Amino acid sequence: MSDNGNGFEPRIVGFLCNWCTYTAADTAGVSRMKQTANVDIIRVMCSGRVDPTFILKAFVEGADGVIVSGCHPPGDCHYSTGNFKTFRRMPMVEALLEQYGIEKGRFHWGWISGAEAPKWARLVNEFTEQVRDLGPLDWKRQLQSKED
Amino acid sequence: MATLTINGLEVHAEEEQTVLEVARENGIEIPTLCYHPLLEPHGACRLCTVEIIRRGWPRLETACTYPAWDGIEVRTDSPPVREARKVILGLFLARCPEAPIIQELAREYGVTEPPFPPEDPDQKCILCGLCVRTCHDLVKAEVLNFSQRGIDRQVGPPFLEKTRQCIGCGACRIVCPTGAIEIALEDAAVYGAKPLGPTGAVWVPSMQAVPLIPMIDTDSCIHFRQLDRSEGRITDACQACQMLCEAEAIDFDQQDEILELDVGAIVVATGFEMWDPHGLPQYSYGKSPNIITGMEFERLSNSGGITGGDILTAEGEVPDRVAIIHCVGSRDHNAHVYCSRFCCMYSLKQAHLVREKTGAEVYEFYMDMRTFGKGYEEFYERLQEEGVTFIRGRGAEVEVLKDGQLRVKGDDADLGRLVQADVDMVILSTAIQAPHDADQIGSMLGLGRSEDGFYAEAHPKLRPVETNTEGVFLAGNAQGPKDVPDTVGQAGAAASMTLALLDKGEVTISPQVAVVDEELCSACKTCIPLCPYEAISFMDEEEVARVNEALCKGCGTCAAACPAGAIAARHFTTEQLLAQIEGLFRLPEEEPEEVEVERVPS
Amino acid sequence: MADNGKLKLGLYWAASCGGCEIAIVELREKILDLDAAADILFWPCAMDFKYKDVEAMPDGHIDVCLFNGAIRSSENEEMAHLLRQKSQVLVAFGSCAHEGCIPGLGNLFDRQSIFDRVYLETPSTDNPDSIFPQTSYQMPEGEVHIPSFYNTVKTLGQVEDVDYFVPGCPPQAPQIWAVIGAILSGELPEKGSVVGASATKTVCDECKYDREEKRVTKFYRPHEIIAEDRCLFDQGIICSGPATRAGCEARCTSVGMPCRGCYGPGPNVVDQGAALLSAVASVVDADTEEEAARIVGDVLDPVGTFYRFGLPASMLHRKKLEGVG
Ligand SMILES: Cc1cc2nc3c(=O)[nH]c(=O)nc-3n(C[C@H](O)[C@H](O)[C@H](O)COP(=O)(O)OP(=O)(O)OC[C@H]3O[C@@H](n4cnc5c(N)ncnc54)[C@H](O)[C@@H]3O)c2cc1C
Ligand code: SF4
Ligand code: SF4
Ligand code: SF4
Ligand code: FES
Repeated sequence: MSDNGNGFEPRIVGFLCNWCTYTAADTAGVSRMKQTANVDIIRVMCSGRVDPTFILKAFVEGADGVIVSGCHPPGDCHYSTGNFKTFRRMPMVEALLEQYGIEKGRFHWGWISGAEAPKWARLVNEFTEQVRDLGPLDWKRQLQSKED
Repeated sequence: MATLTINGLEVHAEEEQTVLEVARENGIEIPTLCYHPLLEPHGACRLCTVEIIRRGWPRLETACTYPAWDGIEVRTDSPPVREARKVILGLFLARCPEAPIIQELAREYGVTEPPFPPEDPDQKCILCGLCVRTCHDLVKAEVLNFSQRGIDRQVGPPFLEKTRQCIGCGACRIVCPTGAIEIALEDAAVYGAKPLGPTGAVWVPSMQAVPLIPMIDTDSCIHFRQLDRSEGRITDACQACQMLCEAEAIDFDQQDEILELDVGAIVVATGFEMWDPHGLPQYSYGKSPNIITGMEFERLSNSGGITGGDILTAEGEVPDRVAIIHCVGSRDHNAHVYCSRFCCMYSLKQAHLVREKTGAEVYEFYMDMRTFGKGYEEFYERLQEEGVTFIRGRGAEVEVLKDGQLRVKGDDADLGRLVQADVDMVILSTAIQAPHDADQIGSMLGLGRSEDGFYAEAHPKLRPVETNTEGVFLAGNAQGPKDVPDTVGQAGAAASMTLALLDKGEVTISPQVAVVDEELCSACKTCIPLCPYEAISFMDEEEVARVNEALCKGCGTCAAACPAGAIAARHFTTEQLLAQIEGLFRLPEEEPEEVEVERVPS
Repeated sequence: MADNGKLKLGLYWAASCGGCEIAIVELREKILDLDAAADILFWPCAMDFKYKDVEAMPDGHIDVCLFNGAIRSSENEEMAHLLRQKSQVLVAFGSCAHEGCIPGLGNLFDRQSIFDRVYLETPSTDNPDSIFPQTSYQMPEGEVHIPSFYNTVKTLGQVEDVDYFVPGCPPQAPQIWAVIGAILSGELPEKGSVVGASATKTVCDECKYDREEKRVTKFYRPHEIIAEDRCLFDQGIICSGPATRAGCEARCTSVGMPCRGCYGPGPNVVDQGAALLSAVASVVDADTEEEAARIVGDVLDPVGTFYRFGLPASMLHRKKLEGVG
């Protein structure tokens, strides 16, 4: 893992659809593309499976950043329009997180096709740096904060 | 049935046949200018004049209009006939001294001089009216007509001006016996139509077309054009092909049809498209007609092509020197990074064809010779023996010199210096690419594409024919560049996988499907419109949603949306996914304790 | 049980509007049955009890304590601990105790911003010296203390062990009576259950409206549209019904108002707001990203809309507190 000085290694959860971004991530790995080791991937069949609950859950459990990525719309989704539900939900999730005080930079959603392994590697590296700069989120401490 | 004699030969005629028709049927030539088998005969040019002896009386009559009556005797080449034609041709020669067909016929009949000096040496129209009849009776455009009288009589559109009534079909030009009519392309554009080309509007797409039958180009076809322009009123224009086709195979009512077929498997074999070499201007494609692509060479050298398979330059000459440049647009970061794979081999084939058909010197600029298949390396060796000059290094540039000569420059890696060759023809072995509409079919069938744009197979080694969509297979260049043997191999594999699927008669579906817990479903109907496969229906009786497991593909969209948490996406349930997330953060975080290792004194 | 065989009942009002107390009174003639069945040992709202009376009781002396209100202050929390100790059965009664309810929306702020608003910024406030409440103050008579105000509103369950939850803002009379009936009869459900509400269904199940397949092209707030007599969500009015536990008999939609979600998440719902958000956004009738963003953008206050009654009980509990984490 690289370190830009603040000694903080962010933990990032990526929800990736099986057919596009997961394939890209797999290819990026198999091709030995250089990526930070900060992203833990949870595979779902389609980005349309990503219930906003999962995103919140990841933050509550301790993620400093979350990525949701699927196939390019329109047309690339293996289930043709599964990703339509993603682009309908995610802007609302963004607004919700903002209200919760979770910085915009901690949440990324978008599209990376199976052929775009380099794009995945780039996203991983750039997003890790972005979240590193934001520092730890540590939502558990929010829940446990003692009242005086 | 009538029986008559023509030039002493006894012949039979159907009712309503004319003397000209019967003569032609029996191989007896009678010259004509204004006759056309598709039009009512008019007897205007009178060149078909013959001698008819009926009831003992000889008379000169026009064969095209004279009925083939029973018992008559016809003489088509008797001295009075020849005399009459001479007079007619003399008059034609005086009117149209430069029309080649007139000159030719006059020569044939020994007419050397017109009886009086021609008035207008450029005149070509003999006023036979064939064009007028064509335009009226066949095309039904009714544009051309005679105007004026006597010596001023002439043919043309009203007031001799452009008119939108003309559909620009050019049928008048085609029928005119003396070549008096020209259709300017510009005019055709004004009329919004293509003129009929040398092949008319009905043709066989190529000599190797499958099926090998002609088709009507409805954009050019007079019949369809009139139907279109008149918004369905003119239903009987032209139909010449139908009148002529003895097999009665022409059916104007045939329509393009969209067939909806229920199928159990699909093989995608949509192939490739040529990359456009304008993208790399250093090859000067488009700047000289003698810089052609490999595909254009294939057409040139094809025996069904415009030169009948002769390899000629645009000037119609046999080239002395030909250059072939490999990898144009392939293996190039400015175009396509991938290797188009079969160009090396077809370039060798083309070099061989050039050598064989023209004996020209061939210079082949190549980076690497990829002779990957069975017998390919041997073929390469053979070409070396055939005297092709191979230059290892990328052909860098093609220059069109002032005199039209082509200069190819390249880097000879073996010699380590720049080389150049002046040639008469350059063949660019251009890259291929995925068809431009690959994304449409891809999204229709749920196919992914690899970085090069071609459809992605399910697994590069283990499932090279299957796709990630059940029941959809890939064959040929749709999946990536490959030559015919490899294409056929993959196609065979795809066909057998298809048959295996069909033969089984049933499909194994993935257990990864959604299921509604009907206890929990509260009938909100949120999920119903979300399923891309319409797999969820609402049971009016039970008042619950239900998933048809055979239709469900397991995307899990509905499970993510059900506000009651009533849908489980099997194998990706909410519980499983939440547990995975927890798992990520509940692993022991601490560094493993350092274990004291007792040092064994050495 | 008391010697007279009557149930020993305690009722307490923490951070809430008082509606739950009214709901008890709303039992109407049944209140007499209640009186016949139970001795009320503690009910500060209705009778004069002091905390020290409770402190004096032996542990477990109260049979059932109906605790309404969220935990907003140190006093609320202290009483939660005290009543837990003195009661055999502690019931989180009503939405505030159950899931935080409207006071829970205070979790979008913190103590300081609430104080600033209340003690400085409201137009009717005149506080030139910026005087804020102090938790301790030196008076001539000695030092006095008042409870401290928390940054975060909590549910009863988040500070104490709760036996049963009765949802609703407020719980409905038949439901209250059913709960009391169950206790009296000793037929108590499994500890931790939500009682007096459906164990499986959400509000749509009880709602009178007919639904079609949902395709929403525009969201309306209730006052922006005259709703037709069919599912409100289908018409673009965000209704919490689909993600909310049934049991209220769909009282709001029965008078044409969308469900606000006071019964808390549906029986199998992890996070009510997220579930509702997902459903609402999924049926947006948009096939391009731009169109979707435009339609979805009309929902200006997602937390207030989707977590109106349950922010403290939700997965994230509150807005991020600066300086924490
Ligand atoms: C210049 C040149 C020379 C070559 N010479 C040789 C050679 O000598 N030997 C050799 O082995 N190989 C040669 N090849 C390679 C050979 O052409 C290919 O291997 C072969 O054509 C591939 O066949 P295919 O069926 O995969 O694709 P294609 O031949 O491209 O066929 C695809 C077909 O699908 C049709 N199609 C596309 N989209 C749709 C759609 N949506 N619906 C319906 N139909 C559609 C297309 O019109 C086309 O007819 C040469 C290639 C080139 C360019
Ligand atoms: S979304 Fe859930 S509750 Fe609503 S109808 Fe579908 S399965 Fe039932
Ligand atoms: S999982 Fe996907 S395919 Fe299956 S029923 Fe749900 S939405 Fe349809
Ligand atoms: S109005 Fe609300 S509660 Fe009623 S059916 Fe529609 S969504 Fe469900
Ligand atoms: S399968 Fe990738 S987004 Fe649907």
